[in-house]
Parts: sequence; C-alpha cells; structure tokens
Amino acid sequence: MSRDKILTAIRKNKPEAQAPPELPDFRRADVDLEKIFREMVVAMGGKFLQLTEKQPIETLIAEHFPNEINIASAMPGLPGSINLTKIRYPAQLEGVGLAILPAQFGVAENGAVWLTETDCGHRALPFIAQHLVVVLKKENLVQNMHEAYQRIRLDGMGFGAFIAGPSKTADIEQSLVIGAQGARSLTVMLY
Amino acid sequence: MNHAKKAASFIANEARTDWHDQALWFVREKRDRAAHAIPEWEALRELASQIKAHTLSNLDIYLEQFEKQALKNGAHVHWAIDAEEHNHIVHRILQKHQVRHVVKSKSMLTEECHLNPFLEQQGIEVIDTDLGERIIQLREEPPSHIVLPAIHLKKEDVGALFHEKLNSEKGATDPKYLTEAARQHLRSKFLNAQAAITGVNFAVAETGSLVVCTNEGNADMGVHLAPVQIHCMGLEKIIPRQADLGVFTRLLARSATGQPITVYTSHHQQAKVGGEMYIVIVDNGRSEHLGRADFRNALKCIRCGACMNTCPVYRRSGGHSYGSTIPGPIGSILAPGLDLEQNSDLPFASTLCGSCSDVCPVKIDIHEQLYRWRQVIAQEGHLTRVKKWSMATAGKVLASPGPYDFTGKMARTALNLLPRFALYNGLNEWGKERELPQVPKERFREWYKRVRGVGNE
Repeated sequence: MSRDKILTAIRKNKPEAQAPPELPDFRRADVDLEKIFREMVVAMGGKFLQLTEKQPIETLIAEHFPNEINIASAMPGLPGSINLTKIRYPAQLEGVGLAILPAQFGVAENGAVWLTETDCGHRALPFIAQHLVVVLKKENLVQNMHEAYQRIRLDGMGFGAFIAGPSKTADIEQSLVIGAQGARSLTVMLY
Repeated sequence: MNHAKKAASFIANEARTDWHDQALWFVREKRDRAAHAIPEWEALRELASQIKAHTLSNLDIYLEQFEKQALKNGAHVHWAIDAEEHNHIVHRILQKHQVRHVVKSKSMLTEECHLNPFLEQQGIEVIDTDLGERIIQLREEPPSHIVLPAIHLKKEDVGALFHEKLNSEKGATDPKYLTEAARQHLRSKFLNAQAAITGVNFAVAETGSLVVCTNEGNADMGVHLAPVQIHCMGLEKIIPRQADLGVFTRLLARSATGQPITVYTSHHQQAKVGGEMYIVIVDNGRSEHLGRADFRNALKCIRCGACMNTCPVYRRSGGHSYGSTIPGPIGSILAPGLDLEQNSDLPFASTLCGSCSDVCPVKIDIHEQLYRWRQVIAQEGHLTRVKKWSMATAGKVLASPGPYDFTGKMARTALNLLPRFALYNGLNEWGKERELPQVPKERFREWYKRVRGVGNE
C-alpha cells in the first residue's frame, strides 16, 4: 500500500528531530487599529464606510447601491430581496447582485475580514455575488495574523475564509484588474 | 545545454526580454516594500524556516495526524506514491461521481503529475480557472512562472487568443476587457462543473484544514459550486498547528507579489452539505529527497516565486527555458532530484549571486544548493565535454605558477593583437552577447611592484 511505503520511506529518510520554535505574536502597544485597518482595506482595493446612527446600513446601501435589486443579506434584522432559506443549490445564487454579510473580525495589518460558513449561510455567497458588503464591529479588530489565528477555532468548523479586498488579477501584462472571478467590489462597514 | 539553447531563443526578441526583465523586477521591488513595512520580517523568515525544519523532522507523525483529523472531519484521504497513481486516484473519484466537467484552480502539483492531459484522454473536460492558467491552457503551453503563469505573454497575444477561442472582439487588447471576457466564460464553466480540483498552500495537521490562497477567487468559485471537491497536495505542504498559519500567511503574499495578504485565504475542513471532500497526498520523489541531507531544505518551499522574480538569469531567460515544471532557482534545485541526467544543466543556469536565498521566505539555501548540485553532476559524469575539458585545463593552469604566468602573458598580448573574428566566434560562448573585458597592460603583481616599490619576493 502506498500509504505505508511513503511513511516508511519518510521514517528512514527524515533528519534528526528538531524542536518547534516558540511563536511570539508581535503585537505592539499604542496602535491605532481603526486607522490602520481603514487604510489597508483601501490599499487592497476595498471601500471603507463608517456606520453611524444617522447613517445606518439601510441608508448607506441605498446610497451606494441605488439600482441593486438582487440583494442577499445574512445580517440579522436586515432582510434582502432574496430569501436565502429557499436556496437548495449554490448555483441558484448566481443572480445575486449584492451580498451583505457579517464578519467576525478584521485584521488591521492587511485589511482582511474573517467570514465563516455559519455567518454567511452559504459558502458560495461571498464569492459568487457581484458585489460584497461586510459589516463588523470596531471592537472586533486585531493587529495581525498571529492574533487573528488566536481568535479562530478551525477544528469543528466546516469552512472559513479571510477576504481582503475585491477579486483581482494581474495575469495580463501585470495590469491590475478588479473583478476577476469573485466579487467586483468589497465594501467594509464598521460600526 | 538545453537551458542555454532555449534561453537564446527567448532573448532573440530584445524588447520582449527587457519587458519581462523589468516586469519581474517591479514585482521584486513590491516585495521589498512589503517586507520592509514589517519590522519583524527577518524574525518571521527565521520562524518559518524553523517550523518547516521541525515539520520535516517529524513528517511521518504530522502526516498521520493530518490524516486522522481529516477523516474525523468526514473527508476521504488517498495516498499516491507517484504521479501516475495520483492521476488514477483522481480519475477513479471522478468516475465514481460520473463527472464529465471539472474546474481546477492553480496547482503546481497537478502540473508536475500532468493530470490535465491524463484526464482529457479519459474524455473528461478540465478547465483551468486562474486567468493566467486559462490563457496558457488555451495556448497549450506550460506555465512559465509558478505565481504569474502567463508572464511571458503580451496583451496582444492574449487578445488574439481570446478572439480565436472565446469570441472576444478582434484586435482588443485592453486587459480589463479581456479579463471580463474570461470572467463570463469561466462563470459558465463554474456553474456546470460537477467537481472542483484545487492545489493546497498549507495543510494543518492539528485541524485537518486545507488552506488555499488566491487573488481571483477562482478556487472558491470552483469548490463551493461543485458537489465534489478534490484537494491535491504534495506531502511537504503539512504544517503542524493552526497558529503556524499566522507566520506563513504573513510571508506568502508579501514575498510573492508584495500584497499584505492574498485576497482570499480559504480554510476547508469539511465538505459542504450534500457534497464530498477528497484529499490526495502525493509523494512523487519527495520522501526520497528528504533523505538527501544537502538538499532536503528545498522541501521547505511554499511556492511564492520570489526567487524567480529576483533571479537575473530567470528574468532574462524566461520560465520555459528551464524545461521543468517549476522553473527558476528553486526549480533548478528540485529538478535534479527528480532526474539528474535530464536536468543536469539547470544548476548551471545561475550566476550564484545568492539573491534567491536572500529573498526566500523560508530561508532555503538555494544558491548553495545550486553549487552543491554542480559537484554532484560533475562526480556523476553529467558535465558536457566542453565544460569538463575547460574546467580541467583551468584547474591545472590555476594550480601551477609557471603555466599560470605564461598563460596570463599570452592572453594579454593575444587579446590586444587578434582580429575580432578570431576572438568572437563559435568557440567563445562568453563573447556571444558581450564584449570581452579590456585587457590590462600589466598583471596585478607587476602593478603592485611598480607602485608600491619592491615586493616581498
């Protein structure tokens, strides 16, 4: 059996045991998380919007996506126009123009947000939607990826992803083009 | 001298060579800016290197732990000793689910195993979904770079290709327009695919996770839409703990393209509801390579491509000149392990400047390994006749003061007196694209005696 052959060869050929290193989390004091996060979201090609009492989600969505009629929302208390509970196959999500999803937290050093299958309802939704809005609390920002992985428990989770900015490519002559195979835009709303 | 010959045809188009050179150097500079923005960059490289060294020294244990976790997560785990077995395993999975249409995201492993032609022979449609990969698939070419597969092409090439294959407008060369054409074409493929194949960036032993990084979102579009997902991984992709991902996700994209992270960093643990998840763990020479003490560090590679972007030889010879699945410096130390005779010219496709080792995020001693492979190649008798003879002669001359003095004097005189045709001809490989250096009037020893007075002789 190949499994045993491979493992036997590895046991024979592997070098002397080497201890794993300690992992520091490289966190710094006095970091303006919100400012860095906002800058990195924009640097990755995303749009950053601040939610306030005067500017709630509904208002900003209406303002920034005035013509969008196919909206799928996984935000509690914010119904979209598409009923996600009726979706049986992921391909049925193909018509989604805008998906509004809650993110568990954001990472300041790279502008990424962490989304899980449980929060999104459907794994395909953040990718198949033409445009994506993610909403998160300003308390839920971390400095870097070390801290990010301290907040995650992959064991027992079906699927989760960091998303930083809209889908992009530079495969033709190194020219940056936004909107390759996934969402054409990403808007991060912080409250 | 396969590499030299193919490189010669690449540089025949000077304007294109210059563009290639500068485009890759630009990526190298972006990498520098991203790295310099992180004060702990060097500490991260060292940590990554140590994590990989630790993993390689316990590889059997971590592979078994990974398998156990993946099975607990409900995934199916297969082991393939070589490329052929890998291809048959994938084919059997596809047969079991009666799959005719497959979408595949970027995977150097499936390139290495030549999976696409194998599946196509069995009547299965395989569509590469990364834009660069789709371009070269339509051109029936291999990738020329592991992160930028179509870097050898110009937008005019892509425009003509898409007009022919995807019905885009004739003469269109705008990258935005061409990317949109590919998006529409690939969407229909995603929606019809019955299975999705991905490569793997990291496999976490502790959690059974497969981490897949893309900028386009193509791996996710494939995996989440198709009922069957297949992840093909080389066995060196294992890392021990979830926490280790913190180190590697900070290094990978910054090293590859200068981004702080890839747009999508996806963590797959379990199949979707009603779907099936398969993992194929592939050896194909890796366990044997682990036994080569001088070269095993190459298995630390996370496939970022930084060594290619910085390499003066790669930038001016193009990825196809290497003739191996993985080109550039890292490819030149991996390929001899797979077939020494076939790839015996690759460790010589380097100036040994060491820039590759300087940028490597897991601190592989790439240029030192290139040098060591040269010794192995000489010992095993795979040097070309010209190289063997010239090296032996030079060795003798340099070792004996008499002939060395004489040869030096001869050369200084001859280079000044001989006509161009006698110097720049087929025998002078070095002078093909360059001028020979100006000959000094006297040798250093003579100059020293004259300037500093009587020497110590």
